[in-house]
Amino acid sequence: MSLWIWNLIEALLIIGIAPLMTAFVKKLKARLQNRQGPPLLQGYRNLIKLFARQPVLASQASWLFRAAPYVIFAATALAAAIMPVILVDTPLTAAADIIALVALLALARFFTALAAMDVGTAFGGMGASREMTFAALTEPAMLMSIFVLSMVAQSTNITAMIDMVLTPELTLRPSLAFALAALVLVTIAETGRIPVDNPATHLELTMVHEAMILEYSGRYLALIEWANQIKLLLFATLILNLFFPWGIAIYPYTTAILIAAVAWLGKLLVLFVLLALFETWMAKMRIFRVPEYLGLAFLLAILGMLTHYILEVGV
Amino acid sequence: MNGMFWALAAPALALTASVTGMLLFGLRDFQRQGVCLLLTMSGLSAVVAGITGLLAPQAVATLPIGLPWLPMHIRLDALAGFFLLVIGLLVSAVSLYSVGYMRQLADRHNLTTLYIFMPLFVTGMLGVVIADDAYSFMISWELMSIASYFLVTFEHEQEANRKAGFLYLLMAHLGGLLILGSFAVLYTAGGSFEFDAMRTAELAPTWASVTFLLALCGFGMKAGLMPLHAWLPEAHPVAPSNASALMSGIMIKVAICGFLRVVWDLTGLENAAWWWGGLVLMAGSTSAVGGVLLALQQHDLKRLLAYHSVENIGIIAIGLGLGMIFAHYDYSTLAALGLVAALYHTLNHALFKGLLFMGAGAVLHSAHTRNMEQLGGLIRRMPRTAVLFLVGCISISALPPFNGFVSEWLTFQAALMAPQLKGTVLSALIPFSAAMLALAGALAAACFVKVFGIVFQGMPRSQSAAEAHEVDGWMQLGMAIPAVLCLLLGVLPVMVIPLIDAVPKILVHATLGESVASSGWLWLTPIAQERASYSPLIVLGALLLAGCTFLFIHFRSGVKRRTALWSCGHPDLNAHMQYTATSFSQPLRRIFANLYQPHDKLLRSDYGNTLLVKKIRYQVHVQDLIWRYLYIPIRQITEWLTRRVDWLHERSIHGYLTFTFITLLILLGMLI
Repeated sequence: MSLWIWNLIEALLIIGIAPLMTAFVKKLKARLQNRQGPPLLQGYRNLIKLFARQPVLASQASWLFRAAPYVIFAATALAAAIMPVILVDTPLTAAADIIALVALLALARFFTALAAMDVGTAFGGMGASREMTFAALTEPAMLMSIFVLSMVAQSTNITAMIDMVLTPELTLRPSLAFALAALVLVTIAETGRIPVDNPATHLELTMVHEAMILEYSGRYLALIEWANQIKLLLFATLILNLFFPWGIAIYPYTTAILIAAVAWLGKLLVLFVLLALFETWMAKMRIFRVPEYLGLAFLLAILGMLTHYILEVGV
Repeated sequence: MNGMFWALAAPALALTASVTGMLLFGLRDFQRQGVCLLLTMSGLSAVVAGITGLLAPQAVATLPIGLPWLPMHIRLDALAGFFLLVIGLLVSAVSLYSVGYMRQLADRHNLTTLYIFMPLFVTGMLGVVIADDAYSFMISWELMSIASYFLVTFEHEQEANRKAGFLYLLMAHLGGLLILGSFAVLYTAGGSFEFDAMRTAELAPTWASVTFLLALCGFGMKAGLMPLHAWLPEAHPVAPSNASALMSGIMIKVAICGFLRVVWDLTGLENAAWWWGGLVLMAGSTSAVGGVLLALQQHDLKRLLAYHSVENIGIIAIGLGLGMIFAHYDYSTLAALGLVAALYHTLNHALFKGLLFMGAGAVLHSAHTRNMEQLGGLIRRMPRTAVLFLVGCISISALPPFNGFVSEWLTFQAALMAPQLKGTVLSALIPFSAAMLALAGALAAACFVKVFGIVFQGMPRSQSAAEAHEVDGWMQLGMAIPAVLCLLLGVLPVMVIPLIDAVPKILVHATLGESVASSGWLWLTPIAQERASYSPLIVLGALLLAGCTFLFIHFRSGVKRRTALWSCGHPDLNAHMQYTATSFSQPLRRIFANLYQPHDKLLRSDYGNTLLVKKIRYQVHVQDLIWRYLYIPIRQITEWLTRRVDWLHERSIHGYLTFTFITLLILLGMLI
C-alpha cells in the first residue's frame, strides 16, 4: 500500500512543480537576454487567475471544445503518474509501458488538434495541421530511439529500462548515445521549444501550439497550459531517468527517496539551464525546415539501431 | 445444438434472405425488413458458431451437395470460428443499420438488386471461411466476388461506377486465378481437393514457395495489399455505404482468412523458406505507410476510408509477417504473438472500419455529399452520429483506451522481440518495419483529425451541410454496436485474447497461454510482466474521472459567456475562411512531394493590377503513383502484345485450317 502512496506523492510532485520549472526556464532566458523576467511563482499566479475567470466561448463551439481540455489534462497527468520519477517500480508504472506512455501523449495531442478544428478559424486549422504533421514525423523517431533502449533492456517496461542502465555491467554502448541524441531532438520538437516552435509567441504565422489554443480562455486555458508544463517536465524526466538515472531510489526508503528527489531536481536544473542557453542561442527555424530536423532525429535513431545490431548483438 | 448447426444456419439464413428479397419484389417495406431481419439472424448464428468454433474442438461435416464425386466438405475449427465471429458481428450491425439506410435509399432506387446480392455476398464470405475442400472454397470465393461486383455497380447510371466495377471484376478474377493456381499445386502434391489431403501432402521446397507466392498475390489482390490495391479505392466508395462497410470491414478480411488457410494451414509453416515472412513484412510495411499517405490526400470521405483499409491490411500483414519469421526460426510462442496481434487487428479493423463506413453513409444520407470540402459543422446537426464516428476515429488512430491501440501495441511487442533472432538479416529489418508502423499510426491520427475536424467541426461549407439532420434510430443502433465493441475490445483485451489464442494453437502449435494475464485480469502482459504490461482500465478510469469532473463543473457553473469568434478585427468570418481538407494536408504534400508528385494549378484573375484580386482558384491533384509506374505500363505492354498477334485473327479459312493442323501436330508430339 505504501507504494501506492509513494506513487501518488511522485505524481503530485511532478504535476505540482511543473509551473515552477517552466517559470524557471522563462526567468533564466529573460536574464540571459538582459531582461528582468517574471518572478518564479508567476506560473502559479497565472493558473490561479485563469481558473478564477469565467471562460468565454465562441458562439459555435461544441461540447468537444469544452471537454477537450479535461481529456488533455487527464491524459498528460496520467502519463506523469506512470513515469517513475524518484522511485522505480511504483504500481502505476505497470499500467503502461513506454509505448503506451507515448500513446497517452498522442491522445492528448489528438484532442488538442480536434479542439483547434472545432470553431473553424484559420488559425486553429493551421495549428492543427502543422501539429499533426510534425507529430507524424516525430513519433517514429521517438519510438525508434526508445526501441534502441528497449532492445538493450529487452523490455518496454520503464522500470526495467532504468534498471538496465543502472546495472554495473553496463558497458559503453554507442547505440545509446545515438538514441539519446535522437530523443533530445524529439523532445525539443514535442514540447514546442525553439527552434521548432516558439512558446513565447502569439499571433505569428509560424506558430504551432499557440495557434491551436488561441480560442481558449479561463479554466480551459489553465488546464491546457498546465498540461503543457507537465509535458515539458515529463519529457525532461524521461531523458534524465532513461539515460542518467543515477540517484533514483530503488527501494521505498524515506532517505533514499529524499536523496533521489534532490538528485532529480539537481539534474533537472542542469538540463533546464542547458535548455535556456540553447533557446537563447538559437533562432526559430523556418517551418519547412522542421521536417529536415525531424528527419535528422529519425536518422540518428536508425543509426543507433544499426549500431546496436552491428556492434552489440554480435552478428 | 452444436456449433456445426449454427455454422450451417448462418449461410442458409443468408441464402434465404436473398430468396426473400427476390420473392417480395414490389412490397418495399416487407422486402427490406425481411431481408435485414434474416441477415441479422444469419450474423448472430455466425457469432454463435464462431464462439463455439473457438472454444470447442474442431468439427467436420460433409454436405450432400456439390459435384457427384466431390461433395462439399466443411470444417469448423478455430480459424474458421474466429473469422465467423468477425463476419457475424459486423453483418448483424450492418443489417440493423440497413433497415434505416435502405429506407431512404429506396426513395431514389429500385433496391431489389441490393436485396438479392448483399445476402449472397454474405453467403459467399461465410462459405469461404468454413470450406474444407478447394472446390467449395473456390465456389464461395467466386460467389463473394461476383455478388460484390453487383454491389459496386449498384448505381450503374454513372460511368465512373461502371469503370470501377469492371476494374474490380478484372482484378478479382485475376486474383481468383492465382488462388486456383496455388490449389493446383497443392492438388498435385496431395492428390485430392480435400484440405485434409493437402495438409498432409509432402511438398518440395520450390513448390511450397510457388504456392506461397501464388497465394500471397491472389489473396493480396483481394485484401488490397500494395501494390495490388488499385481496385480498392475505386470500388469501395461507389457501393452503397452498407455494402462498402461489409466490403471494407470483412471481405478483405476473408482474404486474410484464405491466406492463413492456404499458407499457414495447408502448406504449413514448417515448409516455409526464410524469405516468406520477410516478403509479407515488407508488403505490409509498404501498404501501411503508402495507404495512409494516399488517404491523407483524399477529400472524398469514402475514398479516404478505402485507402485506410489498405493501411490497416498492411498492419495486419506486418503482424502475420512477424509471425511467419518467428515460426521459421522455431520461436513458436513469438509466432503466436505475431498471429494474435494480426488477428486482433483484423477484428478491430472490421469493427471500426464498419463503423466509419456506416458513419460516412449517415453523412452522405443527410448532407447528400461525400466531398469533405462541402461538409462541416455536423457535430451540431448530427450529435449522436458525431460521437459514434469519433469513437471510430480514435480507434483507428490507435489511441488508448480504444481497441486499435491494443492490436498495434501487440504488434510492437512482437516486433521488439526481433533480437531473439540472433544475427539474421531479418532481425534488422523488423525494427525498421516497427518504425513504419509508428509512422503509419501517427499519420492515421493526422488523417482522422482532418476527417473529424473538417466533416463534423467548424462551420458548414455548403447549404446541404447546414441543413443536415440526424439519422434514424436503426442507423444509430447499427453504428452503436461496433462503437461499444471498440471500447470493450480496447479495455478488456485480457478477456478476448484467450479466445483468439485457439487459432495459433492449430496454426503454429503454440499459444500465449497463461502469460497474457499472468499478473491478474487488470494487466495485459503478452510475454511477461517484466517485459511489458498495459492496463487499459486504468487509462479508462483516468479519462472517466476527467469526464465526471467536466460534467460536474459544466452543470454547476451554469451560464456560459458566448461571443463571436476572434477574427483579428476583420468584420466577420465566413465558412470559406476555414481550413479545408486540402489545406490541412498541404504540409504533408510538401514534405512527401517526391512520393505524391502533385499537379497543382493556381488560377487567378484581377482587376488589371495583381494587387486587386478578383478571384483565386487553387487546384491540386494527387494521383496514386502505382497507376503511373505499374498499371499503365502493364496495360501498354498488353496492348502492344495484342497488336502483335492480332494478324492471326484476320486469316482466310485456309489459314485457320493450317493453325488447327499445326496445333494437332504439337499435341500429338506431346503424347509421344
